[in-house]
Amino acid sequence: MAQSRPVAFFATGAGRRAVAWVTVSSPREPGPVGSAAVRSALPASSYPIERTRLDNGLRVLLAPDRTAPVVAVSVHYDVGFRSEPEGRTGFAHLFEHLMFQGSANVGKAEHPKHVQAAGGIFNGSTHPDYTDYFELLPAGALELALFLEADRMRAPKITRQNLDNQIAVVQEEIRVNVLNRPYGGFPWIKLPPVAFDTFPNAHNGYGDFSELEAASLDDAEDFFDKYYAPGNAVLTIVGDFDPGETLTFVNRYFGDIPARAVPPRASFTEPVPTAERRAVIVDPLAPRAALAVGYRVPDPIADLPTYLAYYLLTEVLSDGDASRLERRLVQKDRSVIGVSTYLGTFGDPFEQRDPLLLTLEARQSEESSADVVLAAVDEELGRLAGDGLEEGELERVQARVASSLLRAADDALGRGLAMAVHELHRGRPELVNELPAELSAVTAEAVAAAAGSLLDQGRSVLELHAGAAS
Amino acid sequence: MIGSAVTSTSTNSAGVAPAATATPAAPAGVIPAVRPTEPAALPAVTDRTLGNGLRVLVVERGSVPIVEVRLRIPFAGLGPVHQARAEVLAETLFTGSRRLDRVGLATEVQRLGGSLSTGVDSDRLAVVGSALAVNLEPLLEIMADVLLGATYPDDEVAGERERIVEDTAVARSQPAVIAREALLERLFGDHPYAIGIPDPSVVGQVGPADVRALHAERVSPAGAILTLVGDVSPERALSAVSAALGDWSGRPAAGAPPLPELRTGPIVIVDRPGAVQTNIRLGGAALDRSAPGYAAQRLASTIFGGYFSSRLVNNIREDKGYTYSPRSSIDHYQVGSRFTVAADVATEVTGPALLEILYELGRLAVLPPTQDELDAARQYAVGTLAIGSATAAGLASTLSALAGVGMGVEYLRDHPRALAEVTAADVQAVAADLLAPTGLVTVLVGDKSKIAKAVGALGLIDS
Repeated sequence: MAQSRPVAFFATGAGRRAVAWVTVSSPREPGPVGSAAVRSALPASSYPIERTRLDNGLRVLLAPDRTAPVVAVSVHYDVGFRSEPEGRTGFAHLFEHLMFQGSANVGKAEHPKHVQAAGGIFNGSTHPDYTDYFELLPAGALELALFLEADRMRAPKITRQNLDNQIAVVQEEIRVNVLNRPYGGFPWIKLPPVAFDTFPNAHNGYGDFSELEAASLDDAEDFFDKYYAPGNAVLTIVGDFDPGETLTFVNRYFGDIPARAVPPRASFTEPVPTAERRAVIVDPLAPRAALAVGYRVPDPIADLPTYLAYYLLTEVLSDGDASRLERRLVQKDRSVIGVSTYLGTFGDPFEQRDPLLLTLEARQSEESSADVVLAAVDEELGRLAGDGLEEGELERVQARVASSLLRAADDALGRGLAMAVHELHRGRPELVNELPAELSAVTAEAVAAAAGSLLDQGRSVLELHAGAAS
Repeated sequence: MIGSAVTSTSTNSAGVAPAATATPAAPAGVIPAVRPTEPAALPAVTDRTLGNGLRVLVVERGSVPIVEVRLRIPFAGLGPVHQARAEVLAETLFTGSRRLDRVGLATEVQRLGGSLSTGVDSDRLAVVGSALAVNLEPLLEIMADVLLGATYPDDEVAGERERIVEDTAVARSQPAVIAREALLERLFGDHPYAIGIPDPSVVGQVGPADVRALHAERVSPAGAILTLVGDVSPERALSAVSAALGDWSGRPAAGAPPLPELRTGPIVIVDRPGAVQTNIRLGGAALDRSAPGYAAQRLASTIFGGYFSSRLVNNIREDKGYTYSPRSSIDHYQVGSRFTVAADVATEVTGPALLEILYELGRLAVLPPTQDELDAARQYAVGTLAIGSATAAGLASTLSALAGVGMGVEYLRDHPRALAEVTAADVQAVAADLLAPTGLVTVLVGDKSKIAKAVGALGLIDS
């Protein structure tokens, strides 16, 4: 089942994972022959990473890799839709669009033209806790990309016309992804208000139409001043470049952007519910019922080892035909057409700070009911908590995750974005290399305990009823 | 809530207000030039055909200790019944072999740090997968298990059949899918390519014996292509493939029938009362990859609507705000190619959006693009070709797709050269055929009562 993708500047069809180029430059241990199942022997990457910080506070990550002639550049700002002000839902995402409307030396819509005319690709996307902007280009276009990112970090140039135009574009984005389709915004928009009580966690990150329309140039100026300071950002460069020359470029283009105050990071903490919460929505376009269940998980930043047990739990539950819920719900009970479990709003386990959900999402078959599915899920979680994992189950799931991480890291852009988020949230970009070792330290007991913890809290259930059932 | 979609009609920057209070002078303020980038060396492809007809392509690429696997088996569509059976076959191929049941197969794949999935379209059955490179041999053995001996257990076929029926019902409720199906029908008439998603009522009739018979007839190494890219030597890969799949046998299958002539006609509106958007789709004939005008066609489509910097995006998104993601593309099938334009627009601006689309199509059909437009599209095509074929996964998919249409890795070198020679006059010449609105068919999915009048002003509507 496809999960929601982060809200983005434009739609990218196959997704960026399909696009990549760069290879590992440093010598690497050969994979453990025939021993993918041996603990602590998971294959890992060893990409070199250099970190520095400019006087204005901008953090810079350099990961040179000379094996192929491409370079990925990204800028991550430490603000997402959880930080947008009340009365301005959707503003973080709208502002992301505005960052493409021109800056001192770049005209409206010229940023994409410069990148694409250099043979590159680009996008921006808005997440709960950060907003990213990125390019993947032929190596010769590195200086151009740095110039473009610096120019808009210094100050985007936003006019009333461009603001109105992008409000309209965002409204069409919402129509195509939410309003005009069955299961639109399910569950990433519809589940948070069930699971959370405070505005930052519960509100719709795409935004209310009337609040989008109320957005003003003053709002944009305030938002930029507060959150787009260089000290609140991470610049990441991955691929084929000379680090010395590149640092000169970085200093030339970013160095004189004045330092501004960096906002203190807000806490979005909410207590874990003790009683079940339940809501029902009717989707007039949906031909079949669907179900989403949100469970709270431990703080991913404060306690990574415990959190990783939940990551492996999602794989045990729903990765492929051998997983627990596929076997039970799809193959045995035939109560769902598809089921998935994942961490974080958009299914990336590392992109979100506390609080966040482990979400179970299922599309029901015609005759099943939410309660029947929930009872079966509870039974499977109870079995995991009580009986633990089967022989070999943990090892094969670890092998799968390690393999997926390696494939993702084969793409310079994917690797750069992952490093940047690890830096933003943990100050630890090396985690891109160190995750396999961390994952191999997770025990079967920890995964079983994670399963049990889902039963010991007040889960949040959202039933989607089919308004267009045949 | 609706109604503010039409706002800006000008991009003049009157009333510029910087978003930040302090704006120091930009350094130099001159946009840096792009340096030339030396292209990567062409990957070395080992190309062998086994005695049973299976063609094997191998590229050793040690960037990560993974091996990517792409198998494509010719599976030309022969109409609705074949297509429904093919769909059930693809969904049940990995549900049982002589050695392992469904869970056993999946457990084994997972243990290898692997994944295997299947898909079928009007031209081919595909098995796509990967594993830790050290596990190539057991991964191929699992593939051989099902290719040579899938059992299609009765209960699995019955269960998956019902799941496909349900899944199809959900898919067919998506407006984008409704639009695609309507366009395919309009483009291909009674050719098998006209159906994208099989009819649930036909799927419901498929039994295990039908699937087993289809497997025996069509899941054959003759004409199939297996592409392996990753941290394996060609010698090791070839010997592993021979050991696992050398005994696979079968006859070559017939290809798809030739495409009928495209017949233009009135605009088709698929009524979706209450829809807040209209899905606009236009389609027409296009040149195959081997045609002399192919490179020019690629650039014509790119300049028109094939990337963010295109005329279509500039006009109906960035200038007028009618839509989020307008685009054009060219799809290459085994027998023929098609050009498509797509835009999902607010119901209220359906007429104006269609007008602008027709205007941009006509503009490129009768006037050459500027040199800047041509150079930008060319660089984009060259750059993204390199980017898209450079991870192990990307390269495997690219080589597999190329081989499927009879082309080799040289395309990665030769296509940029062909692009370099295209002139503005070439683009206009090919656009005169490809983009001319008179040569295209139009399908709209939306609220007919609200859009018919404006649409009717621009073309005849099919009654």
